[in-house]
Amino acid sequence: MTTLVAPVTDLNGLAPTKTKRIALVAAKGTLDQAYPPLILATTAASLGWEAGIYFTFYGLDVIHRKRSRRLKVASLANPAGPIQLPNVLGAIPGATAAATFVMNKWMKDARMPPVAEFIAMAQGLGVQFFACSTSMGVMGVKQEDLIDGCLVAGAAAFLDYASTAEVQLFV
Amino acid sequence: MSATITHDELLDTSGLLCPLPVYQAGLALGRLEPGQVLQIITTDPGSLEDIPALARQRGDELLSATDHGTSQRFWIKKGAAA
Repeated sequence: MTTLVAPVTDLNGLAPTKTKRIALVAAKGTLDQAYPPLILATTAASLGWEAGIYFTFYGLDVIHRKRSRRLKVASLANPAGPIQLPNVLGAIPGATAAATFVMNKWMKDARMPPVAEFIAMAQGLGVQFFACSTSMGVMGVKQEDLIDGCLVAGAAAFLDYASTAEVQLFV
Repeated sequence: MSATITHDELLDTSGLLCPLPVYQAGLALGRLEPGQVLQIITTDPGSLEDIPALARQRGDELLSATDHGTSQRFWIKKGAAA
């Protein structure tokens, strides 16, 4: 049976009068937490918005040429993780690798692109990547360690960008 | 009624989850000229909310949406501003 989902007239009354902007902070460097900011930014760009992600502290790993391809999710201290182990077992060698393997399989089976592909999708839509200069200094990360297209900047530059964003989220 | 709407491009996102239907629909709408119609097939239940939101935010017109239980169909007419 076919049913109309919603009154069409109600859905189209609000054409945007200007480009909206979303400013995201990505502060986490685990496999599971790499996805949300990339998904939100890619979606925002698909809606016609400007989108920027400020990668800070462990979030820098997501845009790190080498580390980005080796992101992990831990079982230890993660009661919601892909494999359910008591913490005492989550600390044994191989537990993190097993959880990471399972999560990657989840994503692949669901036909979700890997992180590297999401990064390419986001950048292809013009999503601006900011790399936190303080985190780079603290963690010894150099510009050449990062993927192409990252703007190295501090908090003031990001706040300047975020100050005109309708949506700001810390992930 | 919706069966009579003609489309200029058909996008089948069956089996794909958010954000991929919206991402692919955005790319497809970008290829169309203003006034042309994109038909989108989805199976992600979130699409019932997501695809209308996509049209609203982009300034395109959702002509019709039909729910077939395990799949959904949408017809979006590209707006002038997009």
